[in-house]
Amino acid sequence: MLREWLASDAAGEAVEILRTQFPLALWETVYVTLLATVFAAAIGLPLGVLLVTGEKNGVLPLPSWLMKMINTLINLLRSVPFLILMILVFPLTRLIVGTVVGTTASVVPLVIAAFPFVARLAEGSLREVDPNVIEMAQSMGASPFAIITRVMIPESVPSLISNFTIAVTTVLGYSAMSGIIGGGGLGKIAINYGYYRYKYLVMFFAVLLLILLVQLFQTVGTRLAARADKRLKHQKE
Amino acid sequence: MIELKNLSKTFRVNGGTIEALRAVNLTIPDGDIFGIIGMSGAGKSTLVRCINLLERPTSGSVTLDGVALEMLSDKELRAVRRKMTMIFQGFHLLMQRTCLKNVCLPLRLAGVKKTVAEKRGLEFLELVGLRDKANAYPAQLSGGQRQRVAIARALATEPKVLLCDEATSALDPTTTASILELIRDVNRRLGITVVMITHQMSVVESVCRHVAILDQGRVAEQGEVGEVFSRPRSEAARRLVFPEGSADAPVAAREGERFIRVVFNGARATGTPLIARMAVREGIEANIAYASTRSIGERMFGAMLLGIEGGQPVVDRAIAFLTQMPDVLAQEVNVHAS
Repeated sequence: MLREWLASDAAGEAVEILRTQFPLALWETVYVTLLATVFAAAIGLPLGVLLVTGEKNGVLPLPSWLMKMINTLINLLRSVPFLILMILVFPLTRLIVGTVVGTTASVVPLVIAAFPFVARLAEGSLREVDPNVIEMAQSMGASPFAIITRVMIPESVPSLISNFTIAVTTVLGYSAMSGIIGGGGLGKIAINYGYYRYKYLVMFFAVLLLILLVQLFQTVGTRLAARADKRLKHQKE
Repeated sequence: MIELKNLSKTFRVNGGTIEALRAVNLTIPDGDIFGIIGMSGAGKSTLVRCINLLERPTSGSVTLDGVALEMLSDKELRAVRRKMTMIFQGFHLLMQRTCLKNVCLPLRLAGVKKTVAEKRGLEFLELVGLRDKANAYPAQLSGGQRQRVAIARALATEPKVLLCDEATSALDPTTTASILELIRDVNRRLGITVVMITHQMSVVESVCRHVAILDQGRVAEQGEVGEVFSRPRSEAARRLVFPEGSADAPVAAREGERFIRVVFNGARATGTPLIARMAVREGIEANIAYASTRSIGERMFGAMLLGIEGGQPVVDRAIAFLTQMPDVLAQEVNVHAS
């Protein structure tokens, strides 16, 4: 029965598409996801640091209007649905990439959507650092910058790795959506063949690959976080 | 020398105010081990944090060797803090760094090169007896070992003052004794002034030369440890010396019985049957009304309350006999019969 089914037109076509289109799509998805996450982290991590240190009792208090502004901006960006956000940032995308369609162009809205998310995740990680340890650093004459770079960030590395893994998988999901505005990748194949042309088998394969990618990223991330954490006892040196 | 002048700290909490410190005046001489003792909530932790300005005092002044710390810029204050380091009840080590990296942290913060810092770090780990744990992570160490690493870290910048905030309160008695021995050693060998915040009488008795008793944000009493503990004048001091709430009547005094408080301030008295010898040689029979002593190495620390029947000459003879021994203090105390 399986052989019969595989010999059918639909299956043959799907396998053909799988062979010719999927390697590139897979690469595009991974490339867009990782590139967008790197940029989002580059903006989001410093912002997350500010969210923690800029508070009234933080190590580097900032004016409260500035903190309110940063918080509002992050909440605002976080509340716009990604589909709408993609369209809203067209002018910015054109400014940076020169065009609004295509794989590279889809990185811009992904970064805009992901960096506020990363900022909140980084904020959460940094808040886990024991305030007593920060006080200890102050007691030995550490400057605010040194507290951030030598105490807060190194102490929260395992948590930051876990949270960046969450960010990667979320961006992966968003990147699939960017198929709608012509961003390449598995999402484009799923939409173009599965949704527009009713080739559900192709859509199924695309989704299956996305699931496998999420599994892969999550497993790697969890392992890295566990290995980085030196709080676990009985570790081999 | 550390001088606290009229130091007050008021916290604003939910519209109300809490006076944590009220006009505290203290002078801590160089090279001293100075105890600050008090019950929970007496303001001890706030006081020690005001000394290095982790808490800004609401009013009053903190001077270190004549320099008023509250007048310094942030940068200058950071330089002072390298010379006035601190250890804590909870150790507060960086859990993601090795012991050596922890000890090197203050040196790296001071701009010392990595190779130089690691060499110095190893020396200080050696000093606290943990050189072999240089590459271990704090999670792999016991509480006592963690505090030793914290002490090595606090000493790394060669400070003049070591502030100890309940440094032994999380440790068992044996470990406490060894940490106190280390602190005493550091004080003696490196000449570092030590300020010990604690709620444990035994800690003050075993290492401190001077003590201030803090009660509800005020200094109730201060002076030499033997003096304060053998003749507590304030209510707060009596509560500490005679715990269990029996400040005025620690024992049911018999008619005509008088009390002598004996303080062992590191006396080499272990193996010496002091009380029995007093009975044999002086013919004075002492009734031990209260005793809390422990020996660290060959040294004895703690206090005893001896009940003696007889007149003034007997009491005087007993005191003279007891104080023959070095590092033993004895004084008559007034114990009001209930």
